[in-house]
Amino acid sequence: MAQYVFLLFDSEEWFDNLTPEEWQKAMELHGAFTAAVEAAGARVLGGEALERSTTASTVRKPDGGEALVTDGPFIETKEALGGYYVIEARDLDQAIELAKLCPAGNVEVRPIMSTSDDAESPA
Amino acid sequence: MNRRTTPPLPSPEPPAGAEVREVVDAVARAHREHWSVVLAAVVRLTRDLDLAEDCTQDAFVQAMRVWPEGVPANPAGWLTTVARRVALDRLRRETTLRRKLPLLVDDEPADDEQPTDPLRLVFTCCHPALARESQVALTLRLICGLTTREVAAGLRIGEATAAARITRAKKKIAAAGIPYRIPADHELPDRLDAVLTVVHLVYTAGHVAAGPELTRADLTGRAIELARMLVRLMPVETEPEALLGLLLMTEARGTARMSTDGELVLLADQDRSRWDVKLIAEGVARATDALVRGGGRFALQAAVAGLHVTAPSWERTDWRQVVRMYDAMMISWPTPIVALNRAAARSFVPGADLPEILAELDALAAEPALQSYPYLPAARADVLARLGRSVQAAAAYAEAITLTGNEAERRFLRRRHDELT
Repeated sequence: MAQYVFLLFDSEEWFDNLTPEEWQKAMELHGAFTAAVEAAGARVLGGEALERSTTASTVRKPDGGEALVTDGPFIETKEALGGYYVIEARDLDQAIELAKLCPAGNVEVRPIMSTSDDAESPA
Repeated sequence: MNRRTTPPLPSPEPPAGAEVREVVDAVARAHREHWSVVLAAVVRLTRDLDLAEDCTQDAFVQAMRVWPEGVPANPAGWLTTVARRVALDRLRRETTLRRKLPLLVDDEPADDEQPTDPLRLVFTCCHPALARESQVALTLRLICGLTTREVAAGLRIGEATAAARITRAKKKIAAAGIPYRIPADHELPDRLDAVLTVVHLVYTAGHVAAGPELTRADLTGRAIELARMLVRLMPVETEPEALLGLLLMTEARGTARMSTDGELVLLADQDRSRWDVKLIAEGVARATDALVRGGGRFALQAAVAGLHVTAPSWERTDWRQVVRMYDAMMISWPTPIVALNRAAARSFVPGADLPEILAELDALAAEPALQSYPYLPAARADVLARLGRSVQAAAAYAEAITLTGNEAERRFLRRRHDELT
């Protein structure tokens, strides 16, 4: 069997105005999706919800230059998403240091959202 | 969850019958001097900026109620004890809710309050993963204790914009895991530079406020207090002292920047007898010490300011030495703005090759960073005027006029423009 990454894109405006009920509903839909995958004889190997793009930091590494950290997501259009890592680090400082080591020209560092049962609804 | 027992409220020393006015002043002074100390100590406990702000605010409200019975001998200690007690109460009540919130990353025990805690707050507010404009707004809010309305007024932005910047930055700090920590030695130079840049921006926002009045004394005063705090908390570092020197020497020229009828007066034309000699003395001493001990970019900038404030007149300024300082800056900090300042300084060295300097200024016009920077056309206009090319000089002044956001600067440029046409 081949392996695939699904990249999920949604309106953040919708997300910002989410009620706790809608959040609950969304969580149920993801549960149903996981069940549908299993029912089809396929498997979910991993997956996470991400915090809003406003919590992202971007590490840019110009050729030969010093790495530059900026606030916000990576929004250039010339480069394409070419891979991903899920990293557990002490804090954002360590995550950024590791992103500088990562062999890619640009790395967006986005926190993973906690979606466990006792996590706060993002609404 | 912290389980230590709540400390008793410190009993205020009663200097009998403090007047209402005195109490209001004492609370206002404490707010200005100790807000960040109290907040920083409470953040250690709550690891939540919003909650810590609420508790700190609450302590000041209690001070208004309790201090009429006698202002405590140690206001900062009193406020910290009260604010931490409020926080402990709130934490006990809100345990379930709190478990769901992302907490600030702090690797040291919360009980271990340290005098350098405000530095944690400063480095968190000025973290490189926050946009510069957010760093400035957050610093004014959390370190200086300004309300959102005051932040908006100081930075000349809408209140909604200021609120959005502050809220978004706080959310990012918590969600992205920006640590509540003083950076390690190897990170310190870069991180400190970001902090000093923010303090400098706060000063500049106050100094050349984009509005009818030229200065907003409060922001310039706040920036100087911030610089003093950094010098006190980081005595080994030289750049905070350099920044303090730079700000003091800029401040010393304050009133001389305006004529009696409210017009902007250039450094060249200022009445130097109106400069504040006390501020100059401290500024020069700070700048000299920082230059001898370190020589970073703020030390070089302070050295330039020092050469100006100690010169008997514009003409008798040691321009060669000023240019040397900019030469050194171009090595460690080669930005288009430094290049512009260096070119302008070179134009005042006796016997300067003005056509060559004009060519250098023209070349700088291609720099994206200077596209809407009013001081570039203003510098070109000045050189063109001295070359006798009035028509071109007037056109350059006209360009500068459209670019400046400051009313007093605009009137000054307009006068220069009108003199040529």
